[in-house]
Amino acid sequence: MTNPVNVTTTLTLRIPGKKRNVEDTKKRDKVFKIIGLIVTYVLLVLFALLILVPFYYMIVASMMTEDEVREGILFPTTDIFSNLVDNYSRTINNPSFQYFDLVLNTLIVALSTTCFGLIITILTAFAFSRLQFKGRDLLFTIFLATMMIPGEMMVITNYTTMSNLNLITLNQSRMEAYLVMILPFLVSVFYIYLLRQTFKQIPNELYLAAKVDGKSDWSYLWKVMVPLASPTLITIFILNLIGGWNAYVWPKTAVLNSDYYPISVALRSAALQKEVMPDVYETQSSWQMAATVLTVLPLLILFIIFRKYIMRGVGRAGIKG
Amino acid sequence: METKNNWKAWLYLAPALILMALFTFYPLINTLLVSFLKNYNYVSGASEGFTFENFGIVLGITPIQTGGTPVYVTNFIRYALPNTLIITFVTVPISIILALFIAILINSIKVLRGLFQTIFFLPYVTNVIAVGMVFSLIFSTSGVFNSLFNLRIDWIGYGSNRVTALFILCIYIIWTQLPYKILIFLSGLQGIDKQYYDAAKLDGASKLKTTFKITMPLLSPQILYIMITSFISAFKEYNAVVGLFNRSYTGSPNTPDLYTVVYYIYDQLGTNNNNVSYASAGAVVLFAIILVFTLLQMWASKKRVHY
Repeated sequence: MTNPVNVTTTLTLRIPGKKRNVEDTKKRDKVFKIIGLIVTYVLLVLFALLILVPFYYMIVASMMTEDEVREGILFPTTDIFSNLVDNYSRTINNPSFQYFDLVLNTLIVALSTTCFGLIITILTAFAFSRLQFKGRDLLFTIFLATMMIPGEMMVITNYTTMSNLNLITLNQSRMEAYLVMILPFLVSVFYIYLLRQTFKQIPNELYLAAKVDGKSDWSYLWKVMVPLASPTLITIFILNLIGGWNAYVWPKTAVLNSDYYPISVALRSAALQKEVMPDVYETQSSWQMAATVLTVLPLLILFIIFRKYIMRGVGRAGIKG
Repeated sequence: METKNNWKAWLYLAPALILMALFTFYPLINTLLVSFLKNYNYVSGASEGFTFENFGIVLGITPIQTGGTPVYVTNFIRYALPNTLIITFVTVPISIILALFIAILINSIKVLRGLFQTIFFLPYVTNVIAVGMVFSLIFSTSGVFNSLFNLRIDWIGYGSNRVTALFILCIYIIWTQLPYKILIFLSGLQGIDKQYYDAAKLDGASKLKTTFKITMPLLSPQILYIMITSFISAFKEYNAVVGLFNRSYTGSPNTPDLYTVVYYIYDQLGTNNNNVSYASAGAVVLFAIILVFTLLQMWASKKRVHY
């Protein structure tokens, strides 16, 4: 047995030919690291500003007078509060932008699509993840393949079908307009795929245990699987709702009665005009910005509340619209 | 157990299958069929047999006979297709590189990381039409952008130049496309094992070298996925055009020089034209382009993507 040696000598490494030692190099690295960090933050702040400027201007312009908007200034100089009251009150009650009617139309369509769609998604994902039947994998592959096909292929025939069923007419009823908007979007293959992945992670033992207890597939699905998959279900619900709120192309094509427009369609076609002289009308950009704030605000509130669900869901490979 | 489940499984599938038969599978086959039918009337379902004429007319090869004089309709080939290709080949590479850069920046910091992540995700949850209108106001002749830089350029207004209009359109599309890509890249970056970076550090590799030799190859599945999905969505661009311009032309409605492929399809379908056959042919062309591009990218990346 030898005694442990106590090393107390400090080593100073010298790089041959150069006049730097380890201490100097360490210091230099630290300085570089700090500079790098500063550059990183400066770049990030710059990019973030570019992302935020449109939001800032949208909100600020809705609190300006029309003259200020036309001057192209970034900061209002008049009383923001009275401008805000004026612009928003004129926008909300404008004949071409009946805000509360539009919200009602949009919410009814988006919520029906989302709720009925979610039930269909749950049933289908359950069949694809837990049940055994002939041709399961082939059918699932066919489902997935439809995601590759541009929606325009379907839209054309859906338009002619609906129009032959007299659902697309100039005097559409409320029910007809809503049906036309809801029906083609009830099934979403992407959400079926997302939920199937979640269902598959639930251990098979639970299913077998439920079988031993004499539980039917139906009650196992609703009592065990749905509660366990609730985070994914919330994500699907929110993403679907956002998609419904932002729907533009199909309603624009298929809803001819402007009383039943969803909000995006009305926003783009609204004539927010002021009578500046007798029989002379001018579009008010400040009112338009108030209308865009009113359209975007519910989404931003939803985003703030459900930020984690939305970002996690999209991060797991999401799609838009 | 398997046989017992059999018919029950189809009951679970029934709602989705019925709806998809009606609104996905039947329309798909029907649209394909209609694109090959001569003088198709969708109300009566009547047609005069099979033809390639619709494609010829859409692509500006076959003339339409109106009162004895042949007219070539070239809106698709002169405006819709070139614009779509410009949008795709400008916005897709720029937004991917920018998103990758921002994602790497965000991934390298610890303080305020959540805040930056949220800010860069914001455009995803907003309405493309609404923010398009904001951009349209910012870039109007007397708008903020011009007054900030003391310019008087008509970027996107009536009678503006097609080049400047497309330029602003591309900027707007990049703005809308960034958040999704940043999020996907970030979740990919977070999945990379720290060991690789420690090993590189021991070997004395520079930051730039680490990025190109370690980060990029390990991120290649995400990059491929983003490339394919963003090519598809760029080819289908429509909402940004409506949000920004609310019309399909810069000067006169007779020269729709701001058309995109999808804009063309919806214009043909809408109440003004009602040319279901041309809309169908346009959609089939779009489908073919997307299919070819997707397969090409998958084939080209086979050797470069590390799973």
